Amino acid sequence: MAEQRARPLSPHLGVWRWGPGMAASIFHRVSGGALTLAGLAALTWWLLALAKGGDAYDDFVAIASTWVGIVVLVGLTWAFFQHLLSGIRHLVMDTGENFELRANKNGAILTFVGAVLLTAVLWFYILGVAK
Amino acid sequence: MSLGDSSTELGKVRGLGSAREGGEHWIGERVSSIALLLLGVWLIASLLMLPALDHGTVREWLRTPLGAVPMALFVITAFYHGLDGMKVVVDDYVHEPGNNFALNTLLLFLAVGGAGFALFALAKIAFGGAA
Repeated sequence: MAEQRARPLSPHLGVWRWGPGMAASIFHRVSGGALTLAGLAALTWWLLALAKGGDAYDDFVAIASTWVGIVVLVGLTWAFFQHLLSGIRHLVMDTGENFELRANKNGAILTFVGAVLLTAVLWFYILGVAK
Repeated sequence: MSLGDSSTELGKVRGLGSAREGGEHWIGERVSSIALLLLGVWLIASLLMLPALDHGTVREWLRTPLGAVPMALFVITAFYHGLDGMKVVVDDYVHEPGNNFALNTLLLFLAVGGAGFALFALAKIAFGGAA
């Protein structure tokens, strides 16, 4: 392997403030991690309960229907939409588009507004139908 | 030059870059994200369109090819993409080679194991006798 030289480090690691762009980046990672660790565990649990039989499935539904279960599911729904929308934003940026400061900032803000909106619409619908 | 062979000539000569490789991984993450965009929207839409979410209804749905096949693809792609994303996070924050290897190996086993259980459950539902 070639000689390892000291690589340049980001000079501003301690100097930053919250902004839509960096928030979108952080939440992309957080939501992705939540979806992977909690979301895929819940999906696997759901499928195993479904395969096991009616009683096991009813147990799953009973746990999912507690307020803790609903908070987790609403959280995962939000993580799904946040990750989906900022993922689309990343795909657009991968083509070299949307790096103009104002448009980029607006795109980041749009992912947060969209994710909260989609989560709210979906859960108002689900809880409305359940009643 | 293959799609994955994406490091610059200078980068290759010096053997630098955070992970010494990564083109294939980067492309794979994007391709699986597009697949998950379609499959994720399919999953939510399908669950919303089911007349009920009780054991019998969901089981019947996952016994049809249009339920079971996209769900199997979703499980495989979601675990693949989730593992991909977690590897990026681990490589970013865990620099000590031993810890990095241990954590990436643990995540690989969890992903493959989780996908195995989820697919087994799905196969049991799809091919098992009527409940």
